[in-house]
Amino acid sequence: MSKINIDAKNTIDISLSNNKKTPLLKRSMSINVGAVMVSIMLVFAIFPNLIATHNPTDIDFGAMLQAPSSEHYFGTDNYGRDIFSRVVYSTRIDLTIGVIATIVPLIVGTILGLLAGYYGRWIDTILMRTLDVFMAFPFMVLVIAIVAVLGPGINNVYIAIWLVGWKYYARLVRSKVLVIKNSEYIQAAKVLGYSDARIILRHILPNAISSAIVFAASDVVMCMLAAASLSFLGLGVQPPTPEWGSIIADGRAYISTAWWITAFPGLFLVIAGTGFSLFGDGLSDLIRTKGR
Amino acid sequence: MSTLNYIMKRILQIIPVMIIVTILIFFMIRLIPGDPVTVLLGEKATPEMVKLLTIKMGLDKPIYIQYLFFMKGLVTFDLGNSLHYKIPVFDLINKRFVVTITLTFFTVIFSALISFVTGYMAGLKKDKIEDQIIRMGALVALSMPQFWVGLILLIAFAVKINIFPVGGWGTTWPEHLRAIILPAFTQSLMTAALLARNLRNGVVDTLKMDFVDFARSKGLDERSVKRDHIIRNALISYITLLSMRMAYMLGGSIIIEKVFALPGIGALMIDSIYSRDYAVIQAVVIIFAVIVITINILTDIAYSFLDPRVKLD
Repeated sequence: MSKINIDAKNTIDISLSNNKKTPLLKRSMSINVGAVMVSIMLVFAIFPNLIATHNPTDIDFGAMLQAPSSEHYFGTDNYGRDIFSRVVYSTRIDLTIGVIATIVPLIVGTILGLLAGYYGRWIDTILMRTLDVFMAFPFMVLVIAIVAVLGPGINNVYIAIWLVGWKYYARLVRSKVLVIKNSEYIQAAKVLGYSDARIILRHILPNAISSAIVFAASDVVMCMLAAASLSFLGLGVQPPTPEWGSIIADGRAYISTAWWITAFPGLFLVIAGTGFSLFGDGLSDLIRTKGR
Repeated sequence: MSTLNYIMKRILQIIPVMIIVTILIFFMIRLIPGDPVTVLLGEKATPEMVKLLTIKMGLDKPIYIQYLFFMKGLVTFDLGNSLHYKIPVFDLINKRFVVTITLTFFTVIFSALISFVTGYMAGLKKDKIEDQIIRMGALVALSMPQFWVGLILLIAFAVKINIFPVGGWGTTWPEHLRAIILPAFTQSLMTAALLARNLRNGVVDTLKMDFVDFARSKGLDERSVKRDHIIRNALISYITLLSMRMAYMLGGSIIIEKVFALPGIGALMIDSIYSRDYAVIQAVVIIFAVIVITINILTDIAYSFLDPRVKLD
């Protein structure tokens, strides 16, 4: 194997970690703006009933395909459902998907990366060969293929993303561990006779996990977009549950007459995604400054 | 290790990966609930018809024999017959391949054009207003769902202003080219954002290198310093990333082709999932895997040529 480890997801991390000399003000700016955007989304996710103006699944054939107005802020769809309320209610499910789809691979990948990096030998060989196989598939192709096998539905989307997503974390953590393993303080810990478990958990993990967490912040966005794409294709969240991707799919047939069905849910996806990206951007700067 | 040995080693390494990939796909597809024979014949099939077709399709044989048949088919380019279209999968894919390749080609062109201009400018004007705008733009571009961007562009440039067709592929090459611009542009945004960030950081890092100062103090004019020293060095990881992204684009093409109603292999995969046409699904997934493995190896090899500092092992 050559030493190239660049691919789509890693690059985000690489490019983040290269912005070393960001002025202090701007550094706190991106994390602050990101935090504000994510907080607004969290308020929507936790209290949709306080913000939404209508019931998101109420059908009203008297108000079909209406343009945005003071009654329906984002207009209505072909069943007369209020788009604003549907978009607001979607926030919870979309954010939940992003977070849950990210956390499991983060944990599993980190554990595998730690073990393979620390023990090396056959554990490492098995992990690297498995990664070779997983790297042979584009992310979306494998996720879609797994959903095709398991059947449509949000639980199967989770399983598919979990089965595919761990590879990035395993590779990232493993490469970190390989560097840390040879550092003096680990040698010292070994000389002192500390157990492997103690060395891994107390000395390697805290140093190896930061880059995985930074990557996870941008991975939330990727997972959210992937899940929305699957719902758009009809393979993810099933109707009538409101979800940004599936609302956009609803609007697809009406792009020439009712653009608002398509436009607004996507806008929310962009706001949520940008919020998480800014937050992750700021987080990576913060961790790096603390580390030095 | 010499470059030739390295290339040979990389090529040999594909074989076990390919075998595991085919095993994985073969068994994964057979986990799909529902019997293909019943799907093929429909509800009204008699037990005799089912039995006959099961034997004809080799489904009565043990699973490992089925796998061997499958592998034999693969190496002879016989990918079986589509249950839904009733024609050989190879013919089905062959026709649609050109659509996906055209889409990928134009996506690469657009990504390179957009990212080169923006990334290079941002790198030279580090922390100035241009840099900040471009970096913010890249961040937003990475947070945008492609299928949504595609639909918004369709609303703007096909419905409101009628410059491009509202999806479809057309029948002649001028029509194809007109049909491919919006989808390729949509798909290029995310890659362009990643590449622009990469190039910006490459330029920023290269500007700090001693050899750039040295080139300037030698009295080289600013243009040749930029061309021969800064761009060339920043391009190494840029090109690697671009080729790695090509693998990713194939995955993205699935959704883009559905949005723009392009008859490519990605759209074929989704349609086959709906119609449970699993000979087609497995063929498409294998083709994607073969392309990705090939791209990865070519990238590794190209990288070792581009950057002599890379140690081969």
